[in-house]
Amino acid sequence: MKESRIYRWLLLALLFWGLLLSGCATEHRFIKKITFKGSNSIFIIFAGPVDEAWAKEMGNYAVYEKPDPDILLTITNIIVSPDRMSVTLLFDGELNQLQPHIVTIKEIMSEGKSQGTGVVTAKKLYFGYLLSILIGAMIIKNFVFTKYLGLCVFFGTSQKKSTAIGMGVTFTIVAVFSAMMSWFLYQYVLKPYRLDFLQIVVFIGLVSLSVQAVDTILRKLNPLLFKAFGVFLVLVIANCIILAVPLILAGNEYNAWESLMLALGAGVGFLIALFLMSSVREKLELANVPPTYRGLPIAFIVAGLFALAFMGFSGMSIF
Amino acid sequence: MCPAVGITTTVMNGLMLGIAVLFVQVFSSCTIAAIKNYIHPRIRIPTYTLTIATWVTVIDLVLAAYVPGAYKAMGIFVKLIVAFAIITMRLEMFAAKNPIIPSFWDAVGMGFGFLLGMMTLGFVRELLGSGTLFGYDVLGVRPLLFFVLPAAGFFCVGFMMALFNYVELVFNRMKQKKGSA
Repeated sequence: MKESRIYRWLLLALLFWGLLLSGCATEHRFIKKITFKGSNSIFIIFAGPVDEAWAKEMGNYAVYEKPDPDILLTITNIIVSPDRMSVTLLFDGELNQLQPHIVTIKEIMSEGKSQGTGVVTAKKLYFGYLLSILIGAMIIKNFVFTKYLGLCVFFGTSQKKSTAIGMGVTFTIVAVFSAMMSWFLYQYVLKPYRLDFLQIVVFIGLVSLSVQAVDTILRKLNPLLFKAFGVFLVLVIANCIILAVPLILAGNEYNAWESLMLALGAGVGFLIALFLMSSVREKLELANVPPTYRGLPIAFIVAGLFALAFMGFSGMSIF
Repeated sequence: MCPAVGITTTVMNGLMLGIAVLFVQVFSSCTIAAIKNYIHPRIRIPTYTLTIATWVTVIDLVLAAYVPGAYKAMGIFVKLIVAFAIITMRLEMFAAKNPIIPSFWDAVGMGFGFLLGMMTLGFVRELLGSGTLFGYDVLGVRPLLFFVLPAAGFFCVGFMMALFNYVELVFNRMKQKKGSA
């Protein structure tokens, strides 16, 4: 009993390490790590010693913020560490560390040999970034109350708390499943073969496919769970959020972890919205509502009030 | 239902989305009506979805190419036309059972209904929110800035539904009076 618990903790710790490592790893084999240092410099660690003459040359580095590739930042000074394993780039102004910075390093010279050109991204605290995507999708940019997606299902299944929770949980599972599949397909099939214009067709097919897959797997694996949640599976396809998530992933070029966080945030955000709404609507059943407002109209107005409340979160940023 | 709230801050946006939906509805209705005899009944829903997705892709690309400004304002909503229940419903209920020409007119009617609804919402919100129509200054003042806020979309739809309910209620009452008299 006790041993199994220790194993579980070990497994969790391993998972966290995996997450951390994946956060630090860069896109080029010769560049080990790249981070912000202080308010106005970027710190790069190489896998081997680099040539000093090459490293001192400012023309070898091009740095810009991810959203605007046209504006190159001016480098004022370059400091090479004594062991020639790391380089610090100093900039003339403060860096906007909320934005990931793309650093292009031309023809890395190490011991007289070229290691190729590296294009790497400097990001502030990868974990925090992931968490901010999660919280952002969940609350700050809640899909229901600030982007107005998935309303049909939202109003359809928010009459009772039990159905709301069932729908929310089912939706979260399917959303994560389908988002990961569509991320993979987009990154490794659609993009390399320049088929991005087929996005919509492919994603809607994938969503239906994953709903069907979850349906079949759940039916065989856990009939009890299927009995509780099976009804909601069909409704998931009618929800536009499930389609919006892959489209946003593709539009923003998220990587696997970021995609996972966005999908999870969208699912949990939908669950929160449904739960809040169902709690109010259960009370509304007992209230004396004017006959013309009974049913959907009052539900819309309540949703409007919720949306106003959620507007309070707008513009907030974490980390 | 989603775009009704999200996008109708101006009449123009409502109009553009309405037109996009109209075209998707008409084209997919005609397509389904033309090929309905070759579709196996068991795979009819996936076929509908894929047909709609294809036409949405076409409209999406056309809009992106010819009206980039409006396309940007509408954002992701154009692509999300795929998930509209009314289009699929119409294909299932009408186009799958009727020949091409009636399906075409049915689709035009449905599309125009949606277009009208979108434009009415946009009209109310733009007039009350920023005092303009199609970008032209009409009122000269901004009566209720609140209506430009995204959240007001919910209120607008709610009030409009209540209005329709009210009209129906009054209508029924009149009918009953006539019946009893």
